[in-house]
Amino acid sequence: MAKRAAPEVNAGSMADIAFLLLIFFLVTTTIETDSGINRKLPPTDEVVDPPIIKERNIFTVVVNKDNRLLVEEDIMELSELRQAAIAFLDNGGGTGEEACDYCQGKRDSSSSDNPEKAIISLKNDRETSYKVYIAVQNELVAAYNDLRDREFARLNPLAGLSYREAQNRYSDPRTSASDKAKLKPKLDEVKAMYPQKLSEAEPSKTN
Amino acid sequence: MSKFKKKKGGDLPAISTASLPDIVFMLLFFFMVATVMRDSTLMIQNSLPAADQIQKLDKKDRVMYIYAGKPSSRYADKYGTQARIQLNDKFADVGDVAAFVLAERASKRQELQNVLTTALKVDGETNMGLITDIKQELRKVNALKINYTTRVGEYTQNIN
Repeated sequence: MAKRAAPEVNAGSMADIAFLLLIFFLVTTTIETDSGINRKLPPTDEVVDPPIIKERNIFTVVVNKDNRLLVEEDIMELSELRQAAIAFLDNGGGTGEEACDYCQGKRDSSSSDNPEKAIISLKNDRETSYKVYIAVQNELVAAYNDLRDREFARLNPLAGLSYREAQNRYSDPRTSASDKAKLKPKLDEVKAMYPQKLSEAEPSKTN
Repeated sequence: MSKFKKKKGGDLPAISTASLPDIVFMLLFFFMVATVMRDSTLMIQNSLPAADQIQKLDKKDRVMYIYAGKPSSRYADKYGTQARIQLNDKFADVGDVAAFVLAERASKRQELQNVLTTALKVDGETNMGLITDIKQELRKVNALKINYTTRVGEYTQNIN
């Protein structure tokens, strides 16, 4: 039997396959976006007469140069910080006009009056490591988010998503404008119930 | 005789290379899409700390980046091992931050100039002193919106 030349493979459809793959990757790959903790710095202008804040409405967190925590004058582990912050924010110890009807805390008269008055004050040393500082910030933000999650679920039982998810959906550029308009009042309501009052100490001028 | 000659002439046919350009283009497009453009080459170590209460930093056109960390091993003998700030492609001092922010702001479109966010991409091993100094500089030029860029992870990864 005579050996025949192998017939040439038809390459006409190769382009189709290539485009199919190209479109598949185009659709599935997402360009990596950065994410992190958003913060707003205070403006520099000197406050003429700072408002008087009651000691019990301030929750002091100090991180020293050995990365250890001092919370309300007590040594604390980072793992306990979130619960301690929640207990402080959700205390609702005020009476009369300052009462907080949605708080579920212990209503301890030596802790915060209501979440609107409660301020978390964070102070760090120059030698504190940045990772620990971020961990502390993360836990304090988590305390606010946990409380907001709880209230969001209570006010919007049919929403089917938590405050964090709703916030992510709101900031997602793919969400349609009408959905955003629907989410915004709900988010603002919960934000107003637990406003994020996280104050950072001015760096001391002498060092 | 001629019968035998015909047998010898049966060479393997050349493989068609008509589809090679397609394959090359496919690869090209794939890498074009999947690669993240980095504005500046990093001259510092930059392993970000982990956090999970994070928000996405979309809209790259309204973000400016400030990097900080220890100089990477290539630059360690020239710039030492103390944490440094990197702005664009150069090492910088704390005093240069304000000028950098103003220059970045001026390079953006008018309507974006007031909504710029400063992303601090700082190595986890840096001391807070440097970051406090950067933040003070940012306050001076009224660049108040900042973002501590982190990677996604439990906070416990930051403590060892």
